[in-house]
Amino acid sequence: MLQKKFKLFFYTALVAPVAFCLALGTASKVEAQKEIRIGFLTPLTGGGAQLGRDSVNGLKMYLDEIGYDMAGLKVKIIVEDTELKPAVAVTKAEKLIRHDKVHMIVGGVMGSTGYALGALANREKKLYIASIPASDDLTQRKLSKWVLRTGWAGSQPGHPFGKWAYEQGYRKVVMIGADYAFGHENIAGFHRGFEDAGGKIIQKIWVPVMTTDFGPYLPLVKKEADAIYALMIAAMPGPFLKQFKASGLKMAILGGGVTADETVLPNMGDEALGVITPLQYSAALDTPKNKAFVKKFRKLHKKVPSYFTESNYTTAKWIHEALKRVKGDISDIHRFSQEFQKIEIDAVRGPVKMDKYLNPVHNIYIRKVERINGELWNTVVATYPNVSQFWTFDPKEFLKNPVYSRNFPPCNYCK
Amino acid sequence: MSFWIEQTFAGLSYGGLLFLLASGLSLIFGVMRIINMAHGSYFILGAYIGVTVVEVTGSWLLALLLASLAVAILGIFMHRFFLRVLGHGVAAELPQVMITVGFLFIIQQASIDIWGGDPMIVKVPSYLDWSMEIGGIFFPVYRIFMLVVACVMAVTLWLGLEKTRAGAMVRASVDDSEMTRGLGINTERLSMAIFGLGAFLAGLGGVIGGGFIGVYPGLDFQILPLAFAVVIIGGLGTLRGAALGSLIVGLMDTFGKALFPELSYFTLFAPMAIVLAIKPTGLFGRA
Amino acid sequence: MFSGRPRAVFTVLLVLVVLAAVTPFLPEYVCILLIQALIFGILAMGLDLLLGYTGLPSLGQAAYFGVGAYAVAILTTRYEFGFFPTVVLAILLSAAVAAIFGLIAIRAKGVYFLMLTLALAMVVWGLAWRWTSLTDGDNGITGIPRPELGFDLNSYINLFYFILFVFVLCLGALYVLVNSPFGRTLVGIREREERMQMLGYNVWLHKYLAFIFSGIFAGIAGVLWAYYKNFVTPDDLFIDVSVEALLMVALGGPATLVGATIGAGVIVFLRNYVSIYYSGWPYILGAMYIFTILYLPEGLMGIARRFRRRAETEKLDE
Repeated sequence: MLQKKFKLFFYTALVAPVAFCLALGTASKVEAQKEIRIGFLTPLTGGGAQLGRDSVNGLKMYLDEIGYDMAGLKVKIIVEDTELKPAVAVTKAEKLIRHDKVHMIVGGVMGSTGYALGALANREKKLYIASIPASDDLTQRKLSKWVLRTGWAGSQPGHPFGKWAYEQGYRKVVMIGADYAFGHENIAGFHRGFEDAGGKIIQKIWVPVMTTDFGPYLPLVKKEADAIYALMIAAMPGPFLKQFKASGLKMAILGGGVTADETVLPNMGDEALGVITPLQYSAALDTPKNKAFVKKFRKLHKKVPSYFTESNYTTAKWIHEALKRVKGDISDIHRFSQEFQKIEIDAVRGPVKMDKYLNPVHNIYIRKVERINGELWNTVVATYPNVSQFWTFDPKEFLKNPVYSRNFPPCNYCK
Repeated sequence: MSFWIEQTFAGLSYGGLLFLLASGLSLIFGVMRIINMAHGSYFILGAYIGVTVVEVTGSWLLALLLASLAVAILGIFMHRFFLRVLGHGVAAELPQVMITVGFLFIIQQASIDIWGGDPMIVKVPSYLDWSMEIGGIFFPVYRIFMLVVACVMAVTLWLGLEKTRAGAMVRASVDDSEMTRGLGINTERLSMAIFGLGAFLAGLGGVIGGGFIGVYPGLDFQILPLAFAVVIIGGLGTLRGAALGSLIVGLMDTFGKALFPELSYFTLFAPMAIVLAIKPTGLFGRA
Repeated sequence: MFSGRPRAVFTVLLVLVVLAAVTPFLPEYVCILLIQALIFGILAMGLDLLLGYTGLPSLGQAAYFGVGAYAVAILTTRYEFGFFPTVVLAILLSAAVAAIFGLIAIRAKGVYFLMLTLALAMVVWGLAWRWTSLTDGDNGITGIPRPELGFDLNSYINLFYFILFVFVLCLGALYVLVNSPFGRTLVGIREREERMQMLGYNVWLHKYLAFIFSGIFAGIAGVLWAYYKNFVTPDDLFIDVSVEALLMVALGGPATLVGATIGAGVIVFLRNYVSIYYSGWPYILGAMYIFTILYLPEGLMGIARRFRRRAETEKLDE
């Protein structure tokens, strides 16, 4: 009797999963008409969860505004959690392609995820729109017709910012930054822009990613510098600025955009005042479009939008514009992509268009942290219009150099 | 010269913070032989609750107290309902580790859902938020404070263990828990109290550390190996080991990063592996 | 369940044959998840040799997994090695790392062993993250080609059969290993170490070899992972991979080999299907750890075992 029961148990255990999988497989085969399916990959759990939520909220805010209707197509958005791990992102992308039959993949956060999804896009011949990943080479030496970028390249804001810093009278700058690819690229952009203008980088200090005790590093900073350029990511900016202030160092603080973006500013105090950083977006941008955007987002989500929000909002709008141009016909994804590249979009961050290497050309805002009505904001103090990832360089010449890294450009004035 | 003073100071104060975290881990192990993988989660939970209490009441001292107590209660809850049922001995070691891993994941996601994932800092009162200048070197008062709290805690724990009846029971239980039970001492209640105390210390460390290194999702996974390094080097289950281990790790990590920045990921773990290769139970540990 | 009974062996073979037969009719995404389940199955079975049979709870399997994966990535993309030299070198490297770490780790016992293996694995992770000239740091290495073995491994179904084939080889090797005198000695050590010592067994050497074998299987899993994913990043060898391998073994049932693979399968499928409906995977993962320990001390295989035991006693009663 029990033996029979055991056999029954055993065969159920064997057959049930197979049946389950078959059911799931067939369920997705029903091809809905007049629908555009977009797979959105972003971290919803783990360390990057808030960035993911900001991203999804930006995307969905646009879709809500247009009632999920793009040029007559019903928008079906399928959000998947990457756990901030490239390997998980790729598995989920495979799921989106095979199970959900999406027309394109959008999203990602980390540079490594960008590269991994780019490689997958090439293999699977699917369009991937990188709305956040900023790894330079994705739209430079690893250029692919399957990868469009709507966010930014890590070194892009640094080139004009270096020029600006020199024009403000800074001559000798110390750089301190998170020791990983994005940090290397971001710091290198400023390095090159600043030295091309005539300044000197006299020291580079690399700290491990997620360093929050800067005790070992602050005493190393050369005191003769006029300014320090800090590239701090995620949870690093708050502790860095606090400890920098307590260390007795008096020089001006410049930095990468993420050192003082809207994901960290609301939780900071006076230590952030006066920090100057460049980025393609600031929530304090004084345009009617942005004011309305910030007001609406704050009402919906009780927080200030960050560039994660803006970038994904704009990406959704960009897709919409491109679909209008192909009149809702997505049977030929290349035509869609071609039209996508031609659009000059009137985005929240300002006018945006795409360069020949499929990276956005947009304004770079030099932003200074100020306290307005008790809150910290990135007030725009200067604007460099239409900045491309190649700045004023010739793309072909630029690409002959190796990708920006820890050792490139070489630090000629470091001792 | 100022380089060495500054680095030593930074290393010592960092070691103070590590002591708050690691002493609890070590105590819990000493009495119950439980490796608490959720100890880093207690730390971040303490910091997050601290952020909220400061925000709501404006009182940082109240945050210290309430956050540590809340985490202690969570610790007691975990012990009472999940760890105690697994019993004692070598066979229970791995299951206990895995239960605490389960809590690690749950606490991580819960803290994201409650506080959002944006990095935060516990707002510190202004009387701790300034720097003393002595001979051209700046000493942040908050770092001095961390070191002082660690010293006070170390002395209190030491007195508690050496001079009180409860302390004697704890020591007896560390030495031989079977025998202690045989003597009619209520080891269950003792275990619960120690687990609560360990969690309390981690929560306290969280509020204090949260004003210095901040708090963010993933800090739990990041700080746990540091606490492990402390107890591995010092030896599990000894207060002396935790204290010395914290100082060694704090100083080694700080000097390692300043002197050999290229190797900053190994300045901690390579020496630890060497200590273990020579003395597998750490400097003061017993098998 | 899988300890030398012909019927058990027959059942496992039957399941594998059924699996091989039905997979072409399954949706391709399911096939991809099966590939992952088999790869993690090899990793988990390797850990089972150490944890289930020898009683050594390693929290550092990700290190050997990572060494195998990175070796493939570097050898194929930088030096354009062929398939066989790459695989042999990658597995040898994993074995070598395990051999070095084993020297340090085997001296420790119980939780000390656990923490030590964790710390050593962190060193390897740090290397992958920091040794940028070799590993490209956090960007990882992309563009690893699938091997050319005369049939198209870019098709997932073919890749599935290839990995199933390797899996069966690993399972077979492990089965022979645990049923050999060597394997029985390991179980003896797990149960009563001092006794085995007194009987004249070289306990240290047995543990050490088990440690290396376990590293080799982790390395094989890493090699397959790199070929399947076409890229590697330092995340592939972070602590959570090691911790999850431990859960796979515990969930499936320690000292059963196939249990570890079942555990791997359950986790892979849940992770990827649950997220369709619910974006709180860590809650479920955390609850699985707690539930497994409290209610399934013998893992999923324990359920089957309980049924069978009762069936057998009933039979005897008749």
